[in-house]
Amino acid sequence: MSLFGIIASIIDGLLVGSVYGLAAMGLTLIWGVMDVVNLTHGSMIVAGMFALYLLTTALGISPYATLVPVLVGGFFVGLALYWIAVHRVIGRPPLMSLLSTFSVNLVLLGLGTALWGTVLFNVPVSLPSITWQRYTFPGTHILAAVLTAVIAACLYLFLYRTRLGKAIRAVAGNRQAAELVGIPTTKVLALAFGLGVALAGVSGMLIATLFPFTLLSGDAYQLKSFIVIVLGGLGNPTGALLGGIALGLLEGLVTPFIPVSWTLVIEFALFVVVLVAFPGGVFTGKRA
Amino acid sequence: MKRIDLLVAAIAMLAAPAAFAADDTITIGMTQSQTGSLNVDSVAQYRGFEIWRDEVNGAGGIAAGGKHYKVKFVSYDDQSQGGRVQQLYTRLIIQDKSDFLFSPYSSGLTATAAVISEQYGKIMIITGGAEEKTYTLGNKYLFQVITPAGHYLSGALEALHSKNPKARVAFVYSDDPFSKAVVSAARDQAKEAGFDVVLDESYAPSTTDFGPVVNKIISARADALFGGGHYPDSATLARQVYDQKANLKWESLLVAPGDAKFASLGKAALGVSTGSQWELPVKFTPQFGPTGTEFAKKFEAKYHIAADYHSASGYAGAMILQHAIEQAGSVDPEKVAAALNKTDATIFFGHIKFATDPGDHGMQIAHQMVVAQWVEDNGTLSRQVVWPRDAASAPLLYPIPSH
Amino acid sequence: MLRRPCFWVITVLIAAFAIAPAIGNNVELRESLVLATVYVTLATNLNIVLGYAGYVNFGSIVFFGLGGYICVYLMGAPGWPLPVALLAAGAAVSVLALVFGLGILRLRGAYFALATIGVNEGVQAFVENFTPFGGSSGLYLPVTMFKPLGGPMEALWVVYFLLVAIMGVSLYLSYAVKLSKFGLGLLAIGQNEDAARVLGVPTRRYKALAYSASAFLPALAGGLYFFKSAFIQPSDAFDLTFSTEAIVIIMLGGQGTIIGPALAAYFYEELRGWLLTSDTFSHFQLVIAGSLLLVIVLFVPGGLMGWLYERWPRLRSVLE
Repeated sequence: MSLFGIIASIIDGLLVGSVYGLAAMGLTLIWGVMDVVNLTHGSMIVAGMFALYLLTTALGISPYATLVPVLVGGFFVGLALYWIAVHRVIGRPPLMSLLSTFSVNLVLLGLGTALWGTVLFNVPVSLPSITWQRYTFPGTHILAAVLTAVIAACLYLFLYRTRLGKAIRAVAGNRQAAELVGIPTTKVLALAFGLGVALAGVSGMLIATLFPFTLLSGDAYQLKSFIVIVLGGLGNPTGALLGGIALGLLEGLVTPFIPVSWTLVIEFALFVVVLVAFPGGVFTGKRA
Repeated sequence: MKRIDLLVAAIAMLAAPAAFAADDTITIGMTQSQTGSLNVDSVAQYRGFEIWRDEVNGAGGIAAGGKHYKVKFVSYDDQSQGGRVQQLYTRLIIQDKSDFLFSPYSSGLTATAAVISEQYGKIMIITGGAEEKTYTLGNKYLFQVITPAGHYLSGALEALHSKNPKARVAFVYSDDPFSKAVVSAARDQAKEAGFDVVLDESYAPSTTDFGPVVNKIISARADALFGGGHYPDSATLARQVYDQKANLKWESLLVAPGDAKFASLGKAALGVSTGSQWELPVKFTPQFGPTGTEFAKKFEAKYHIAADYHSASGYAGAMILQHAIEQAGSVDPEKVAAALNKTDATIFFGHIKFATDPGDHGMQIAHQMVVAQWVEDNGTLSRQVVWPRDAASAPLLYPIPSH
Repeated sequence: MLRRPCFWVITVLIAAFAIAPAIGNNVELRESLVLATVYVTLATNLNIVLGYAGYVNFGSIVFFGLGGYICVYLMGAPGWPLPVALLAAGAAVSVLALVFGLGILRLRGAYFALATIGVNEGVQAFVENFTPFGGSSGLYLPVTMFKPLGGPMEALWVVYFLLVAIMGVSLYLSYAVKLSKFGLGLLAIGQNEDAARVLGVPTRRYKALAYSASAFLPALAGGLYFFKSAFIQPSDAFDLTFSTEAIVIIMLGGQGTIIGPALAAYFYEELRGWLLTSDTFSHFQLVIAGSLLLVIVLFVPGGLMGWLYERWPRLRSVLE
């Protein structure tokens, strides 16, 4: 394959990878703050995809204008999920929180399948694209990456420059100490969960501008999110973004040289290896 | 009349309809993919079965051996998963006491169902399983109504050869039994025809991002693309090839372009072709049953969408079974199987004849496919037959207009 | 062990499974019980790792699938007879489990759970590309495979009895482990791994042994199941839904108990079978499984047996 082809592949990988990173950010935030693996993550991504589809077709809103509604809606859904499934199992063995979010996921998938089936949905978004040599970078990919950067920056500012953000980080560090200092930790946990789900939803919305989706698409992106946070380190949103970009870079680097069908094998092998060798994440230098 | 005679007569009159109904029903069992990735085409296939059943029952049932048999369907959702198929077909045979079976949709699911149908010795009419391997394992009761997988892309390859014998050809296809069987034959044909095969790759059936593989198509400077899989991935591949401006001169993808829904891709659908088991413009003179136009009209009247080749396959398969039962004059599996083995008929769907050697029993050996392509006429997209030339309803669109 | 009532409860259970369909050659009953035995086997073996040691193995189906593949492959091209292929599959999968296990068992809690998913998905992706295993098309067994067992109809019965036997061995094994020092060690690990290590329990070795042991019987079950189906493909062999359901069954029945998962597996399979064929509810299988699991996790974490023990504490000494 020509050098241009490889470069094009890498650039596209970086663009798409950043959106993977955004998806993972929500998951890692929740895990970091309350030690809960949110197994409804995939469903929340799909919910964001559906939100885009429903809002654009039913209400005729322009695709990118749905970003804020999806964020806000996702937040409230996250709050609800927290109270239903997570609140009672905080502090109990990890098996319990895994199973509780997992069971909610099953219910959501089951209801979704019964209501909408598993057909393919497509949201046609056309933007001018950039062509270089013979390769085209769709405008949608570029805009999605830009929006991801903006959202990530906002999240960073929120976590490090606002009181609420500091409260979240405090609870993540040591819940009892935070409680002692007067922070209403339960409310903060609920908030963090809502935020995590909002991020998942908005990443779904952006992904739906790039690719078609079905009700079951969430699974694949959830698995990618796991790989990303393992690369980036748990509880570390910046790490998640970097991890996503790294994963995209890997996909871009690898696909020109090997048959496309081996990409998944490599990703999973990487996943298990990194988990075992770098439990704290590759980008943090920490050990678990 | 004596009271007791009246009583006996009354009982006889009450009992008779019950006896009549209980004996003279044929139960046909099948699974459909109401959910899962195979949903779109499975439902289309089922509609073909349904419309046949309603017609037959409306006309009083299938006539065989002096009796009239009404048709009853028992169907379950296999969710596009092989694991359920075996369980469900076992249930269809043992609990629901099916007399005959229809296949699920797709080669993979058909292969698992065939194991069960052969284990219990039940006839299975196959309208949705094109892969050849299933028929080579030594069966007695499988009957394939559609053209086998190996021929899906031959027409498209011939059409391309007529315009550009030196084209650079890329094969990009789904890693599933059907698509692999199609491309395996197509690849050999392409090499024999003298094409330059510049790319040959399969992707996981669940792939949603074809960006990387489209970049490879562009890098290989391919003129023509052959491949795809079932509806979701073929449609997505078509869209991304267009979005990334691969500017292919010829594009033949499996299954998806044969569906009316494909038009929703807009400009991305223009010029895309597929191997089709049946298209309305191709007119056969049927020895029995409706003509193609009659079938299409009935279908559209009932379902308000145009009939595609999956529905036609379903209807054709059911018709052939009916014909065999009528010829055999009985519903006994051995007699019906013998009648099916002797079938050599032309219906609206085409010429139907089954292989009878144990080595490939049941494979379809007479039916031919055509190449259908999406072309534009005054701004409206429509699907026309473009190959073979004597069956064509529109000229071949080559090259696909670039943008 | 023979003197304990639980042993006899298990024996009665196994006898029931074996005898019930044999009466009157009841093929329908046999077919619905086949899946039930597989579920009991999977759940009971998973219990050793999950119920005793508290390690959530989300991807336990990988043992079943790989066992199926190795068995079907060996019976196909190399043409090995069923018993040999089965045992080879079981041995191979146990060894692989030991190797993988040593790697991922260093992880705790959620990390371990995710790693097991990664292993399952990775193996599936690998098999889809692995030509000797048929790639994504899978492997077929011709009908002639059933000849040595006397033809397809007889073979299905033989397979069923073998599956019941494997289920039985799983139950006895699970019970024996629970009564042994090994089992005590596992339970200690489940309570507090660090404390257990400090107190002298060889945690690393025990975990690896448990993981490997919990792979052997499911591999045999997989070999038999896919032999019976005469066809195996990656999407069926490595279906995460199966191991998910095994987890639901363990929680439903009572984590760490023996009778619990066995009963729960049977009831769950009956429920699932009914849902599968009911027109209105076939989509609701997941909703029901999910809601059931949620209720248990939130309100009745001890499952069926936990609830029973609370009501009737005397039962503890009788059942396990």
